[in-house]
Amino acid sequence: MKLITAVIKPFKLDEVKDGLKAIGITGLTVSEVRGFGRQGGHTETYRGAEYQIDFVPKVSLSVVVDDGQADQVVDAITTAAATGKIGDGKIWVTPVDRLVRIRTGEEGAQAI
Amino acid sequence: MRKRALRITSGLGGTLALLALTPNVGFAQELTPEEVQAVLDNLWVFIAGILVFFMQAGFALVEAGLTRAKNVVNIFAKNMADAVIGILAFFATGYAFAFGGGGDWIGTENFLLTGYDDYSAIDGGLSPATTFFFQAVFAATAVTIASGAMAERTKFSAYLLFSAVMCAFIYPVVVHWTWGGGLIANMSIGDAVYSDFAGSAIVHMTGGVAALMGAIFLGPRLGKYGPDGKPRAIPGHNIPFAILGVFILWLGWFGFNPGSELAADQYVMSVGVNTMLAAAAGALLATVTIWLKAGKPDLAMIGNGALAGLVAITAPCGTVDPLPAVIIGGVGGVLVVFSVLFFDSVRVDDPVGAISVHGVVGIWGTLSIGLFAKYDDAFLGREDAGLFYGGGFDQLAMQLVMVVIIAVWVAATTAILFGIIKATIGLRVSAEEETQGLDVLEHGLQGYATETANTGA
Repeated sequence: MKLITAVIKPFKLDEVKDGLKAIGITGLTVSEVRGFGRQGGHTETYRGAEYQIDFVPKVSLSVVVDDGQADQVVDAITTAAATGKIGDGKIWVTPVDRLVRIRTGEEGAQAI
Repeated sequence: MRKRALRITSGLGGTLALLALTPNVGFAQELTPEEVQAVLDNLWVFIAGILVFFMQAGFALVEAGLTRAKNVVNIFAKNMADAVIGILAFFATGYAFAFGGGGDWIGTENFLLTGYDDYSAIDGGLSPATTFFFQAVFAATAVTIASGAMAERTKFSAYLLFSAVMCAFIYPVVVHWTWGGGLIANMSIGDAVYSDFAGSAIVHMTGGVAALMGAIFLGPRLGKYGPDGKPRAIPGHNIPFAILGVFILWLGWFGFNPGSELAADQYVMSVGVNTMLAAAAGALLATVTIWLKAGKPDLAMIGNGALAGLVAITAPCGTVDPLPAVIIGGVGGVLVVFSVLFFDSVRVDDPVGAISVHGVVGIWGTLSIGLFAKYDDAFLGREDAGLFYGGGFDQLAMQLVMVVIIAVWVAATTAILFGIIKATIGLRVSAEEETQGLDVLEHGLQGYATETANTGA
C-alpha cells in the first residue's frame, strides 16, 4: 500500500477530486495548509508598515492506494492540478506499514 | 341591541366623566407652542443620545477588526466595560463635577442625579434627565477612545480602573471648564471666546491624549518593532468588522453633532450636512494619501480617514459653510495618514490609530474654527469669527489656548493615573499572556471557539 500526498493550489481541489473519482478512488483526506517552494514571497504594507508574504495558501490531500494503482493516481492528480504556472505544487509517494478500517477492523488491502 | 348600546354608552360616559375629573389628562390642557418646542427639543436630543450610544458598537467593531483574533474577547470586554463603568461613574460623580454649579474649576452638586425637585421636568429647556442622558453617552465615547490604542496588552482590571477615573473625574473637569461654564468658558481674547460645538477637543482630543499616555506607559506590543527598530505590520483579523464599525460610527455621529444643537431646529440639518460632507472628504483624501504613499489603497487607513473627517468637523460643524466642511474633513483625512505613520516611527504603538484619529485630528478640528468660522454657533456669539472671514487671529488664538489647557490637564492626570496603576496593580499583561492571547487567560473564553462550534455535542 502507498500513501500519496499532494500539495496543490486550492482552486484545483474539485478538479482533482473528480479526476480521482473517475479512476475509482473512493476516499480522500484534505487539509488547508500554507507553503512555498521556489516561487518566493513578496512585500506588502499594512497601515504604512511593511510585512513579508512568504507563505501561500495551499491544499494538501492524502490518499492510500494499492501499490499497483499508485502511478495511475499520481498521473491523475498531476493532470487535474497542473496549470503550467509557478506554484502548482508537488506529489510524493510513501509506503504504508499498516492500514485499518476503524468501523469493521478490516486490515490491509481490504481497508482501502 | 338596545341593551348593548346602553352598556356601551354608559361605559363611555363613565370613562369620560373619570377623564374630566382627573387632572392633567384628556382635553382640559392645551400645550403652548413653547411647550411643544421644549418637548421636541428634549425628544430630539434624547434620540440623538441613543445614536451616540450605538457608537459604542462601532468603536468595538473597529477595534476588534484591526486587532488579532486571539484578543477579540478582550477588546469587546473592554468596550463593554468602559461603557458600563463610564456611565455609572458619570452618574455617580462625573455629571456633578461637569454641570453641578460650582465655580470655575469643578461642579459641586447633583451627585447621583440628586438635588432636583423633579429631574425629568421640562422647564422650557432640556430637562436634567435629557442632559444627563446625552452627556453620559458623550462621556462613554471619550473614555472608549483609549481602548483602541491600549489594545492587545492591557490588563483588564487596570483598564477598568482607568475607565472609572476618566469618567468620574478627568473628563468631567474638561466639560466643566467648557460646556459647564467654567474656566475656559470665561476666557476671551478680544471678542473671541471658545467654541467646540460637539467636542473635537472636549471629547475627542481628550480621549486621544489619554490614549497617547496609555500607549506610552504600556509600550509597544511584542513583535511590533523588529531588531532594526522598524515598525512591523500586525494586520487586523477582520477588516469587514472594521469597516462596518466605521459605518456605525458615521451613523452615530449624526446624533453626536446634530444632537449637540441641544434643540430641534433647522440647524440640526445643516450640522448633519456638514458632518456627512466632512466624513466623505476625510475618507477620500485618506484614500488618495495612502495610495500615493504606500502604492495601494489600504482600506484600514480609509476607514480611519472617514473617522478623521468626522472628528475634524465635530467642533466647527455649527459655524462653517458646506465647502469649508469638505476642506476641514479632507485635511483631517490627510493628517491622519501622516500621523499614523509618525507615531509608528517614534515607537508609540497604536493598533487602531486612535491617537491620530481623535487626538491629532481633534486638535485640527478645534483649530479650524479659528480659520473657517462664519456663523454664530451659539458659542461664538458673533459672525465671521474665522481668519478667512476677516475675523483676524483672535479666534485661532483662543482655540489654541483651549487646546493647550485641555491637553495639559488630560496628559498630566492620565500620566499620574497610569503611573499609579503601573506601580500598583500593574498595567500590562505578562509576555506569556500577550503571546498566547488575552482571551483565554484574562477572560477564560475563546472568541471563535471553532473546535466546539463544529462538534456535534
